[in-house]
Amino acid sequence: MNKHIRTRQFWHLTMAHLKDVARQPAVLFWGVIFPILLAIGLGMAFTRDTETIHHIGFIQPGGHTGDHAVKPSEIEDIFKRAVNDYGYQLTIRDETSFELAMKNDTLGDTSFVFESSSWEALIIKLKQGRINLIMEKTASGLVYHFDPVNPHARLAWLTVSPFAGEGTSMVLDAEPEATVSPMELPGTRYIDFLIPGLVSMTVMMSCMWGISYGMIDKRSKKLLRRMVATPMVKSHFLGSLVLVRIFINTVESVLLVLAAWLIFDIVIQGSFTALVTVFLAGNIAFCGIAVFVSSRTASTEVGNGMINAVVMPMTVLSGVFFSYYNFPDWSIPIIEKLPLTLLADGIRSIFTEGAGLAETISASIALLLVGAVFFTAGLKAFKWH
Amino acid sequence: MTPVIEVKNVYKSFHSIRAVNGIDLTVGKGQFTAVLGPNGAGKTTLVEMIEGIQIPDSGEIRVMGHAWKGNEEALHRAIGISLQETRFMDRLTVWETLRLFASFYDLGKNRVSELIETVNLEEKTAAYTMNLSGGQRQRLALAIALLNRPKILLLDEPTTGLDPNARREIWAILLDLKRKSNTSLVLTTHYMEEAEHLCDTIMIIDKGVVLREGTMDQLLSEDAAEKIIAFSLDAPHPPRSHFENKCPFPVRWDSKNGKGTIALSSLEDQLPQFLSFLNACGLHLRSMECRRKTLDDLFTQMTGRRLNE
Repeated sequence: MNKHIRTRQFWHLTMAHLKDVARQPAVLFWGVIFPILLAIGLGMAFTRDTETIHHIGFIQPGGHTGDHAVKPSEIEDIFKRAVNDYGYQLTIRDETSFELAMKNDTLGDTSFVFESSSWEALIIKLKQGRINLIMEKTASGLVYHFDPVNPHARLAWLTVSPFAGEGTSMVLDAEPEATVSPMELPGTRYIDFLIPGLVSMTVMMSCMWGISYGMIDKRSKKLLRRMVATPMVKSHFLGSLVLVRIFINTVESVLLVLAAWLIFDIVIQGSFTALVTVFLAGNIAFCGIAVFVSSRTASTEVGNGMINAVVMPMTVLSGVFFSYYNFPDWSIPIIEKLPLTLLADGIRSIFTEGAGLAETISASIALLLVGAVFFTAGLKAFKWH
Repeated sequence: MTPVIEVKNVYKSFHSIRAVNGIDLTVGKGQFTAVLGPNGAGKTTLVEMIEGIQIPDSGEIRVMGHAWKGNEEALHRAIGISLQETRFMDRLTVWETLRLFASFYDLGKNRVSELIETVNLEEKTAAYTMNLSGGQRQRLALAIALLNRPKILLLDEPTTGLDPNARREIWAILLDLKRKSNTSLVLTTHYMEEAEHLCDTIMIIDKGVVLREGTMDQLLSEDAAEKIIAFSLDAPHPPRSHFENKCPFPVRWDSKNGKGTIALSSLEDQLPQFLSFLNACGLHLRSMECRRKTLDDLFTQMTGRRLNE
């Protein structure tokens, strides 16, 4: 009698777990609305054309002795090539600041905001990160002060130096439109990279916090102890918990992808079957890890730490927000084998590269194995009392 | 007739702490037994071993004639338990919680409705368990314990922390059960009134060992002394030597509260002797009351401490 499924029991356990989650209004916000807001925010920030503003400190001859007021004629002289040859617009904003701006539909608008002040005052602003570059007009020409390791400073220097004063050896000799072709192919935008990562992260977080925390909480309340003192089938208890979690994750992920489709026109280029397979395998992997992590402790503080120990490294390393190819070469083969990387890369290849079952099946199998190993180990170590 | 619970010479330690130190207990069919003792006496450990939750280090436990090992499924169906302070899923209602537990025993709505009536939770069926009072939560725990019409009911401190009204409601349910069914009960408590009010036999335990065991009458008649005189004096700190050397009866003096008690078997003979002793010592009574001896007095006589300490 113990072995086969008791339908009534399984049904009531499943409904109980589902109600336990669904009746918390915060779940709707953090599980559904928050990932969508995050996608919108990050998508907007990194996908839409926006204005690039470089803040630059300016020291004019005599600036060291305390005269910071800018002289329009001198400024116009420095930037006459920018205005005449490249179409920049020069505006004197007030006594100590002026702006050089250009509208560009392809690359986005660019503007340089100059602030004239003393060396000491500018260095403080540089330290605070409010400016990255200091341009000094001396008798012999323009001198640029910046940290060569800081990419923002280098970029500001590279963009402003060709047309300021006499210019540098680097020359932008043609219209930018002629040499720059903006990437607008499907799947090449940042949002296309981001959404599969966010779906994967949502699955991981939801399994880890939902299952682990729920279990630890029930253990600390002595509810697990009470439940196993009945003829309840233990595997039904865990099975229903996993089933509910997969259901919730599916709803959350579908809503997130739907929102991304409506707002950013994101498309799934590859096989739908492959997507469902790798998604379910990922759910099972993280449910298994969650059962393992929560198999012994009855303290939510300890649980917190253990969940973070699993979740934090993968969130940082697995390429959810940015490609992990920026990490050192030796670390990449390790990162590629993390469960979250397997899931994110699998989903991403289906979304953006048009991958099918053949390309993702090995990742799916690996994830299923991870789930099976941790689930078995967790069940062996599981403390009901 | 074979007893429904047999505990023989059972020991259980946690790390270096000996929780249960050689206890025997036998409970017959339909019998209500109280395990009475202060906090930390080993009551919960004993009951959890009977429930199959803890495994004894040595000794034997048989429930319905069977050991736990290998018979878990059958025994879980035969017993009903209520743990000390169980909490349920916060956002399930009383009705849903009972339906869930009923499903473990393959029971349906009808049994759940019956029990809601039995424990008087009709008005709370749609309330989340997190919004129940302590008494209501204990009644829900009791309803869950009774779902499967258990042959043995094991309740671990079912009324601890409840106000007197809530406690009486639980007592009423249990007394009703005693009238209507043949269920055996083992109940742990540190309230002597509870043991006295509900149970046929009482086992007093302390530090993992049994101090006394028997019916109420047996326990209180073991010593001839049956009346307790509690008194206080005009002098709050009388010299101890008075009581130790000159008094004809053993005096238990509580110097913190400035109160003393003596146990007398015959008021007519012994009370005058006590009064003349006070007179001879130059001590004057401020107050005096005479009451029946209680289990708490018995416990104090044996251990020097009180049950509720």
